[in-house]
Amino acid sequence: MSAVVQVRGASVAYDRRPALSDIDLTVTTGEVVAVLGANGSGKSTLVRMLLGLVPLTGGSVSLFGTPLGRFSDWPRIGYVPQRVGAATGVPATVREVVASGRLPRMSRLRRATAADRAAVDRALEVVGLLERAELSVGTLSGGQQQRVLIARALTCEPALLVLDEPTSGVDLASQAALADALRLLVDSGVTVINVAHELGPMHALVTRAITLADGRVLHDGPPPEPDHLHLHDPEHAHPPHAAPPAPSAWGLL
Amino acid sequence: MGIAVNPLALDFMQRALVAALLVGLAAPAVGVFLVQRRMALMGDGIGHIALTGVALGFLLGTAPVLTAVVVATIGAVVIELVRQSGRTSGDVALALMFYGGIAGGVLLIGLSSDGTNANLLAYLFGSLTSVSPTDVVVISALSGVLLLTVAVVGRELFAVCHDEEYARVAGLPVRTLNILLAVMAAVTVTVAMRVVGLLLVSALMVVPVATAQQLVRGFRATVLVALGSGVLASLSGVIGSYYADTAPGAMIVVVALGFFLLASTAGVVVRRRRPVPA
Repeated sequence: MSAVVQVRGASVAYDRRPALSDIDLTVTTGEVVAVLGANGSGKSTLVRMLLGLVPLTGGSVSLFGTPLGRFSDWPRIGYVPQRVGAATGVPATVREVVASGRLPRMSRLRRATAADRAAVDRALEVVGLLERAELSVGTLSGGQQQRVLIARALTCEPALLVLDEPTSGVDLASQAALADALRLLVDSGVTVINVAHELGPMHALVTRAITLADGRVLHDGPPPEPDHLHLHDPEHAHPPHAAPPAPSAWGLL
Repeated sequence: MGIAVNPLALDFMQRALVAALLVGLAAPAVGVFLVQRRMALMGDGIGHIALTGVALGFLLGTAPVLTAVVVATIGAVVIELVRQSGRTSGDVALALMFYGGIAGGVLLIGLSSDGTNANLLAYLFGSLTSVSPTDVVVISALSGVLLLTVAVVGRELFAVCHDEEYARVAGLPVRTLNILLAVMAAVTVTVAMRVVGLLLVSALMVVPVATAQQLVRGFRATVLVALGSGVLASLSGVIGSYYADTAPGAMIVVVALGFFLLASTAGVVVRRRRPVPA
């Protein structure tokens, strides 16, 4: 099994405040990894670091065996950012938003080919929105808009899918639809990294869970039992970790 | 002006109409991306800054259009860099630049020998007679470049303005595209200032887009309807201002706003007849 993601001693800081410290992580092909943890534990920062959206303050990250700084094979990665909705200041149809995900696979300056259009249709079908393709994104429910963003990530036929809280604020029916869509992808060999507050219907898919607390890996192993999920939430199980560490510089005052 | 004269037979009116047609296409084509990223007022700010460029042209005795392009482009790129830095003080930094632009422009025009209040007004609100044959050439070339750029990199600009972070992970040259859009906005402002004027130019970048939004649900459709209503508003505004003997910029914007009112009324009807998405 080859390493899709390899992280060695990585750290990230925002305005000199550490957000992630000394992270070691290897994700291999076909794994479905859930990244769990309380708010502020560094879950989102971890995946944003993997994608080069926040700079490293130490350590290294490789994607598909290439150091992040030199990585350019972006079509192999599908990213579903954490969003309240998929709408902006100008209306766009579901198809238009999903088709923008195909850009990395399209040759610049050329019109969309039949293969491009077929990829968009397939992605819409996987998330169950093909019959709503011509509607304005802004008129869809929150769960449906989340599915639009997932379809957008799927159009470039990625080998690694990174999802940042795809089910937050989404009703249970849409969560189940998302889990079904992910099941199809996992069966076709896609590696998945999924940031979640709680797993819900996705639980059955997950092969490995990483729990973060205060920017460090607290637990890395098989996913927690659904019934006891909340016990693994560090906010409940490990209250001392939820409190911010006292800045050492204060000792000088 | 004699009523019997056919305005379409007048040389200056022909030049003004050609300019209006091109501006009516270029302004909404660029403006749609600014509205998409919720920076509808950026064109307004660039217009303020461009006034300093116009005044500089008067002072130096060179063509004001050229100095305006240079100053507006520098201003637009600085605005973009402030936005990229994501500082909360960016809002105030922009305000300082906009006021500086207007004040600097008025001050420099006052200092220059051939700068008069009439000149200033022509640049602020547009003027039919001020479009020279050279202006028509410059406006044609620049708006041609703008429309071609939108046609070529429109897909990429859509992706960046829709979701910048996603575009970065998709491997798009986000920083370059952002700077490109800022430069395009600056060029649009300068192209449009002869006909619409620097204080109203932003309206022609935004109002046709807002009009189109009332009627259609896709991005491409919004662009097409916005181009149509932009051209209609600028052509009828120029002709209207000839008869009413007013500044064309004001007439164009009033017509464009009229279209918006009509469209939003029609939009309510259209939406009522649409199936409600489950």
